[in-house]
Amino acid sequence: MSTAVVPGSRMPSWLRVVAPIVVGLLILAAWTLYVEFGDAPRMLPSPIAIGQEFVLRWGIIWDDMVVTASNALIGLTVGAILAVVLAGLAASAKPIDGMLAPLVAALAVIPIVAITPILNTMFGASSQFGRQAVATIAAFIPVFINVLRGLRQTRPVHRDVLRASAASGAQTFRMLTLPTAVPYLMTGLRVASSLAVIAALVAEYFGGPADGIGTSIATYAKSGRAALAWAYVGGGILIGLVFFLVTAFLERLVTRHAPG
Amino acid sequence: MTTATTTPASTLAVQATGVGKVFPTKAGDVTALTGVELEVRAGEFVSLIGPSGCGKSTLLRLIADLDEATTGELTIFGKPARRARIDQDYGIAFQQAGLLPWRTVAANIGLPLELHKVPKAQREARVAELAELVGLTEFIDRYPDQLSGGMQQRVAIARALAASPKLLLMDEPFGALDEMTREYLQGELTRIAAETGAAVVFVTHSIPEAVFLSDRVVVMSPRPGRITDVVETGLGSVRDESLRENPAYFEKVTAVREALHGAKVERANER
Repeated sequence: MSTAVVPGSRMPSWLRVVAPIVVGLLILAAWTLYVEFGDAPRMLPSPIAIGQEFVLRWGIIWDDMVVTASNALIGLTVGAILAVVLAGLAASAKPIDGMLAPLVAALAVIPIVAITPILNTMFGASSQFGRQAVATIAAFIPVFINVLRGLRQTRPVHRDVLRASAASGAQTFRMLTLPTAVPYLMTGLRVASSLAVIAALVAEYFGGPADGIGTSIATYAKSGRAALAWAYVGGGILIGLVFFLVTAFLERLVTRHAPG
Repeated sequence: MTTATTTPASTLAVQATGVGKVFPTKAGDVTALTGVELEVRAGEFVSLIGPSGCGKSTLLRLIADLDEATTGELTIFGKPARRARIDQDYGIAFQQAGLLPWRTVAANIGLPLELHKVPKAQREARVAELAELVGLTEFIDRYPDQLSGGMQQRVAIARALAASPKLLLMDEPFGALDEMTREYLQGELTRIAAETGAAVVFVTHSIPEAVFLSDRVVVMSPRPGRITDVVETGLGSVRDESLRENPAYFEKVTAVREALHGAKVERANER
C-alpha cells in the first residue's frame, strides 16, 4: 500500500490498467480519422466498420472460430501428450535421448506450414487432418524441449532425501521428478498454445476444407470485402488470446510454490 | 581393532571396520577415506569434525548408503548399510533443508511415511506429534517458501524422525543458519535426541557445536581422510545454556582444538 505513496517510484495500479487502454483508444481514433479524412487504401476500412461487421456477422465468424480453435486444440493436446511421453522416455533412457534429440532438432527447423499443401492433398480436401497434424507438430516441439529439461532439474539434496527414505524408482518419479518438471511443462504449453493457433490458422491458407478463420480471411480479402476480412482477423486474435490466457493462468497456478 | 568383541554388534548403532572410499576421477583415483574404525553405541551422540576434505560428509553418506564403501565393512544395528536404509533404521538431515516446495509442512514431514504406505490416519497423528516436537504446530499448513531457514531446518529434522529411527544422521544441518538460531536449535536437538533415545552421528566443522552436543567428538584429518583422534566430552546428559559457560565445556573445546591442530603431525609419524 505504502509503495503507491512514494512519488515516482511506481505507477499506481489503476494507472497501469488505464494507460494501455488510453494508448489503444488513441491509436483507434487516429486510425478512424486517417480512414475518414486521409488517403487510406481500400483494404483498410475504419475500425467502426470492422466492429459493425464483427457484430453483424458474429454467427458465421463464431462457426469458423470453432473450426480453427478445435484444430488448434486437438493439435495442442495430441502434440503435448506425444511430447510428454517421448520426453519421459528420453529422460529415462540415454539411447532413446540420442535417437530423438537430432530428430527434434530437425523438426524444429522445418517451417511446418511448408508441408501443409502436401498434407492437405494427401488426406483430401474434406479432411481437417492436415491442419491438425501441422498444429500437432508445432505444439510438440516447445513442450518436448521444456519437459525434457524439466525432468532433469531435480536437486541432488532432494534425490538424497528420497533415496534415504528408500523410495522406489516409480515413487521417486511420481513424487520428485514429475512435480519438478510441471512448471517447465506449463511454460512449454504456454508457448505451444500460441504456436498451435498460428499453425492451425496459417495451414488453412494452403487448401483443405472451405471453413475456418484463415480460409475466410483469404476468401473475403480476395473478394474485396475488407471489413469482413478484418472482422475475421479479430476472431483469430480472440482465439489466440483465449489459448494464451488459459495456459498462462494454469502456469501461474502450478508455479505458486515452485522451486527457484 | 578388536573392540567389537567387547560389545555385541546388535547393540551398536554404527560399526565401521577398515572402511575406505576411493573416488575414481579423470586425473586418477582420489582417496576420500581410509582405514576408518568407528563404533557408535545406541543412544550415543557422536560428532564428526575436521577441515574440509577430511571425509566427514563422505563417511556419513556411506553410513546412509547414499554412497558405497570401497573397502571395509559397515553395519548399522548389525545389518549392512543398504538393508538398514531400506528398513528405515535411520533418518537423515542435510545442510540444505531439502524440503519439497510444492508440499506443505505436514506433507513434507509425512513424506517418509507416505513412501512406506502408512495409513492416512496414523500418518496424520504422527505428523501432528512431530510438529509438536519441533514446535511447528501452527505452521503445519504453510509451504516451505513461507518459512524462515531455521524453521525449514526444523521441518527437515521432523521429517528425519518420521519413521521413529533409532539413528539420526545429520550433515551440518545448522551450517547455513545464523548464530542465534543455531544455538537455539542445538539445544532443541539435544532435547529431541534425549526424548527419542536415538543415536546421532553429527557432521560439523564447528568445535563449540561438536562439544556442546556430543558424548564423543571424532576428530578427522584430510589427504587422505581418516580418523585421528576421539575426544570423550563427559559432560553428562543435561545440555542447557549454562553448559556454554561451564569450565569443563571450555576445557573440552580446547582439547578438541588441540586434537584438530596438533594431532596431525603426531599421527602422520605413526603411520
